[in-house]
Amino acid sequence: MYSSKLRSLSLATAAVLTGAFVLAAFYAPIEADQGFSQKIFYVHVPMAIVALGGFVFGGIEAVRYLRTRDPRHDMRSYVAIHMSVILGVGVLVTGSIWARASWNVWFEWREPTLVSFLIIFLLYCTYQPLRFSIVDPERQARYASVFAITAGAFVPLNFMAVRLADPFIHPRILNNTTGGALPVEMKIPFYIALVGMTLLFVTLWKLEMTHKLARGRVRSLQRRVDAAAGDRDALGPAPRSAAPQVIA
Amino acid sequence: MTTLAANFPDNSGYVVAAYLVFFALLVIYLAITAFRLVRLERRLTDLTQQLDANEQLAADPAPSAEPVREEASA
Repeated sequence: MYSSKLRSLSLATAAVLTGAFVLAAFYAPIEADQGFSQKIFYVHVPMAIVALGGFVFGGIEAVRYLRTRDPRHDMRSYVAIHMSVILGVGVLVTGSIWARASWNVWFEWREPTLVSFLIIFLLYCTYQPLRFSIVDPERQARYASVFAITAGAFVPLNFMAVRLADPFIHPRILNNTTGGALPVEMKIPFYIALVGMTLLFVTLWKLEMTHKLARGRVRSLQRRVDAAAGDRDALGPAPRSAAPQVIA
Repeated sequence: MTTLAANFPDNSGYVVAAYLVFFALLVIYLAITAFRLVRLERRLTDLTQQLDANEQLAADPAPSAEPVREEASA
């Protein structure tokens, strides 16, 4: 089910992202203040927005799991958070490179935008160990869902708090209140990169879901074959894992 | 080569590094996924062979039992 349209999605992702980066390199003007290093913006900011969106999506799927107790929602939440943590690594590394290029520091602890993203990232780094620490699959899914909802709600609240705080050095580029609105030549590649990054997230999420479900089916088949061959332990509890065990 | 390097704007190394980080993350993730897919396929092949062997055993159990008796009597 999740593997449907994966090929066309992959091609669309590659095309849109390539187009966005080409536009960022050749069409978008060089920013007057930061110079050429501002081009990092077109990969760093869309990645950060999509990562935060992925965390919120994980929270929404966790709500759906608690309402329906359907393990597929727990799996969707798990995979969304997993993908967002990977993107989060990219955001922190590209952000550090940009900070070094623009401000001559790798990280600025007085800047609320940077510190808040680091807090969110570290918060979600505890999600996997939390899951792994609980053996019972039903309890694991329940506790992980509560975590995903709480942390998912924290993301927009944190975003609003950062917007209200006084910026130290990190610019607020997507609104007009601080005079940092983007010109159209920068907006076009930025929004295309945002669409491309969203497509990349959806493609990788679907790929991961397909893999996890296929692995679940193979494990289930293995246990049935072992049970048919007379192995009594085969029908016992599944091996301990942080990932949800779903056969669908 | 010197002309090419001179044509690059200031801080271009940082920009290249940032984009390389993004592509490296993507390539590493896809490589891990490919490795897991190969492992899954190998497991599925083993499972298919195991199933074939079980089916063969269930369909024709007599020939495998016969030589054991002969060996025991000998």
